[in-house]
Amino acid sequence: MTTAIVSTPTTQPVSGRTSYARFVGAKILGALGSLFFVLVVNFLLFRVLPGDPARTLGRGRFKTEEQLEAFRHTYGLDQPLLQQFLTFLHNTFTGDLGVSLRYRVPVSDLIWDRMWPTVLLVGTSTVLATLIGVWIGMASAWNRGGLFDRFSTGGTLTLYSMPEWWLGLLLIATLAVGIGPIPGIFPTGGLHSTDVDPGTPAYVLDTAWHLALPVLTLTLAYLADYSLVMRSSLLDEIGEDYLVTARAKGLRDVTVRRHHATRNALLPTTTIAAVNIGFVVSGAITVETVFSIPGLGLLTTEALDIPDYWVLQGAFLVASAGVILANLAANLLYGVLDPRVRT
Amino acid sequence: MSAETATARLTPAQVSRQRRAASLRRTWKQFRANRAGMFGLVLLVFFVLVAVLAPLLADPAGLEVTKATGGVLEAPSAEFPLGTDDTGRSVLTLLIWGSRISLFVGLFSTAISMVIGTLIGLASGFFEGWTARMLFRLTEWFLVIPFLPLAIVLASVLGQSLLNVAIVIGVTSWPGTALLIRSQTLSIKERPYLERARVLGAGRWHQMSRHVLPNVMPMVFANTTLTVAVAIISETTLSFLGLGDPTRVSWGSMLEDAFSVGAMTTGAWWFIVPPGVCVVLVVLSFTLVGQALEEVFNPRLRRSR
Repeated sequence: MTTAIVSTPTTQPVSGRTSYARFVGAKILGALGSLFFVLVVNFLLFRVLPGDPARTLGRGRFKTEEQLEAFRHTYGLDQPLLQQFLTFLHNTFTGDLGVSLRYRVPVSDLIWDRMWPTVLLVGTSTVLATLIGVWIGMASAWNRGGLFDRFSTGGTLTLYSMPEWWLGLLLIATLAVGIGPIPGIFPTGGLHSTDVDPGTPAYVLDTAWHLALPVLTLTLAYLADYSLVMRSSLLDEIGEDYLVTARAKGLRDVTVRRHHATRNALLPTTTIAAVNIGFVVSGAITVETVFSIPGLGLLTTEALDIPDYWVLQGAFLVASAGVILANLAANLLYGVLDPRVRT
Repeated sequence: MSAETATARLTPAQVSRQRRAASLRRTWKQFRANRAGMFGLVLLVFFVLVAVLAPLLADPAGLEVTKATGGVLEAPSAEFPLGTDDTGRSVLTLLIWGSRISLFVGLFSTAISMVIGTLIGLASGFFEGWTARMLFRLTEWFLVIPFLPLAIVLASVLGQSLLNVAIVIGVTSWPGTALLIRSQTLSIKERPYLERARVLGAGRWHQMSRHVLPNVMPMVFANTTLTVAVAIISETTLSFLGLGDPTRVSWGSMLEDAFSVGAMTTGAWWFIVPPGVCVVLVVLSFTLVGQALEEVFNPRLRRSR
């Protein structure tokens, strides 16, 4: 689902530090190019595709021609397209993402406020999923075909085939609502109880209690990615000559696994982890909706009902920018860890 | 021995047909040896049969809210084996007819994504110069655009219909395929038989259609199967978010209904569990078949897995 782009070598490598500087420069330029592309897509999506934006953006709210005209003028839709694009660029870079039709506050403020629950949720899940997933992948690859391998591969493939929000629904029905006589022990949604004061230790515990199920859902959903990748990359390493050498030197199995095979096999997993962090917004959209956590994901799905176009546009921009930044980080990290990819 | 004497009398077309049949048989034999792949295939055939035979299995009148005979969210009984939904329709009927939508959207959007991905991948791998570089850049750009936000925006801008959902999924999921095809093309381009073809004066079109394309086709096929799996999950998610076709029942729209009437808090498990299980099974079957095909077509994988 999440793939990092690691470019293939096209030029002869230049030695040492110069090559890394050039590599970094090329990657940053690439990221800037992607960012510009995202801005263009963002601009065109909302202005060109649906025909008359004034009608689409207002969807039936404008009855008379004067109202339409006033709307077009407010949003600068009566100007030439290029002029509109330049205005859009200027506004975006000065942090002006428009005003939410629903909340009547600037979209940038809205996004800033809603970012933290999402970061907390996705951050925690990513860390947990990476640790558990890598461990599972490692253990199952090292004893390929064993009982643990068969069990865990079947389990992770099933998790991989599951829409994560459906898993969330199941967890709500079992652990939050309870089955029959067994009562539920977790809240069905939200981020805080209403009667706890912010800033107290009880508040932190309360938040953790609310986040337990969503974090579990996302962890299980992400876990499959990590363990499948870790498993296959460790399997790739297992056939390599240097492992035979290590064993021939008389090293213990644990040492060979920990210090030789795993270190190399971790490379692709590192990239996935870095890229996944970029999917902060998109990853949480459905899970936040199911658990009604007031983050960027819920903001996006709420905006769909109105439809609150400026919020959608802002959320899309933040989501894409996150992925681009994370991709850049992954590429640079990969360049440090594996000098072969520097070109 | 007899095969050899027979070949002497055959026309080139017959020889190539024989070879193709033999290679198909070989592929099938290798595929059959893959237990997970066979499990997936059996599961897949079952769901395809259900989708095709839907009119025989369940009366389409059961889909209409006005003709619903059951009570609201009735528990499973002899009359309604999987209970009823919030409007009194049989969940089993909805499930059977929903399989058509999931499979249709999955296959149709994959077809779109495959055509775009294969064309762009072939062109950016085979040609040189700025067009190829531009195409590669375009692929990279599309790859970093997060799928769900883009799909949500596209679906809300285009409007809700079955075809639009398929198109949205199709045009957002091709970059992975394009990169795969590109790397395959790049490696095939360097092989001696293509050099020979070039020396003999083969044009670009001939090289592409007679040498490169047939060689990347198996990988495209395996990749297609995996893409269908992702597309079906995407369809379910988009429908769950209310972006699907409001006039048709799909597994995703059933789950949307179930979520909006709070089926998970009222204990109406029969409205939540069956559609999700169907999604998981179909997606799993496509994934297993796709992985098995990948192993058959890519011997490097077979050795390492």
